Amino acid sequence: MGDFLSLLWTHLDVTVAILLFGIGFTTLLLYHNLIKKIIGLNIMDTATFLFLTSQGFITGRSAPVLTEGVETAAGYVNPIPSGLVLTGIVVSVSVTAVMLALTIRLYRRYHTLDIDSMTLMMKGEDE
Amino acid sequence: MKKRIAEVLRRRFYGDESPLDTDMVASLGEQPQSLTRSSNEALEALEGVREVRVQRAQEQEHEMYRQIHKWSYSSGVKIIQRLYRMLAVITCCGIIMFLLWTVNTLPPFGDPGNPDNNEVAARYVEQGPEETGAVNMVTGMILDYRAFDTFGETTVLFAAACSALFLLKLNDHKDGKPTQSWLEAEYADRFHEPKNDQILQFAARLLVPIILLFGFYVVVNGHITPGGGFSGGAIMGAGLILYLNAFGFKKTERFFTYRTFQWVTFSALITYAGLKSYSFYTGANHLESGVSTGTLGNILSAGFILPLNICVGLVVMCTMYVFYTLIRKGGV
Repeated sequence: MGDFLSLLWTHLDVTVAILLFGIGFTTLLLYHNLIKKIIGLNIMDTATFLFLTSQGFITGRSAPVLTEGVETAAGYVNPIPSGLVLTGIVVSVSVTAVMLALTIRLYRRYHTLDIDSMTLMMKGEDE
Repeated sequence: MKKRIAEVLRRRFYGDESPLDTDMVASLGEQPQSLTRSSNEALEALEGVREVRVQRAQEQEHEMYRQIHKWSYSSGVKIIQRLYRMLAVITCCGIIMFLLWTVNTLPPFGDPGNPDNNEVAARYVEQGPEETGAVNMVTGMILDYRAFDTFGETTVLFAAACSALFLLKLNDHKDGKPTQSWLEAEYADRFHEPKNDQILQFAARLLVPIILLFGFYVVVNGHITPGGGFSGGAIMGAGLILYLNAFGFKKTERFFTYRTFQWVTFSALITYAGLKSYSFYTGANHLESGVSTGTLGNILSAGFILPLNICVGLVVMCTMYVFYTLIRKGGV
């Protein structure tokens, strides 16, 4: 157990990312409010970005912007995860906007954000 | 299934024999006897008795259904909800534990020998500034080596704005007259949003030019300093949103309407696609654009990266602003 905890401490970034992911997933499952579900999904996104960016970091090196005095390639961190996270953030923003738009439409029709009562009303409409 | 549940509940409340059924059977059994009587009064009396019985049976039935509904709404839903919550928490804890267990197999944090620091990253860092002319290697990577990927990202933003428009845009004019829903939305916006807020307007007068200028700086310096089209565009969009919040739709309509959004995003995306189309002729090679990369660190350097950054920044700015206006009022 002590070994495991010290392992988690040395991989603190990954541990925090996993905990954030779990918190987001729990929010997604537990709450019936659509806005809270969207917030949970965004927390999960953030956890993924944290994990990806932390994988590109190399101790003691500077950001991948060419600076005077640091001439060799061994002076910079890995630029690829940063680029991938940029893509991820853009997609996350787009998905959030579309989800919010859908939520507003649902609210205009059913006057509630609770997914259970919304489903009940939808069933009532079908019959 | 439903019938079985109802049967079980009926047994629970009324025992094996429902009073409803015995009553029915009894009234059925009495019928031949009653027919032997001939007088009208007797018949009427019998009818009255039967009516009372039927009424009682109906009342009992209603009571039974009421009890069942009460049970399913109070206890049943509660039990199922509690079960669902327990299962959800157990599932999430299981996922967290499983993921934490995989930490064992991950490489150490910040080690240069990690598998993702491979020859691709080394190549980008070593030859990136020389080949693309960009001091910021991330910008050089996403707008030169992987420019089509970034084009896809920009298109994703555009597609999200389109779907938000489909979902939320109100019909503002029909036959030259504003529609009822549009007038209602305008009234609600005037009613709920702050109007002529002196503090906000003073702050906006100071801040909006600075924010817009800073966003523009971040966009055009994308290949020299950290930043680029996406971050700069988001900053400029935030500046526009602050301006709208302080001064209202009347002022922003002077320079930003639905047509502005259409034309700016359309022309920015077309320019992006056109600028990058040379790679179809150079054999899918993004690097030989024929434009010189210039001197490292100048604003006018790095080939097509500067115009591409401006295109991306414009699309991001318009999309952010349109998301906000659509969610607030339902129109630009």
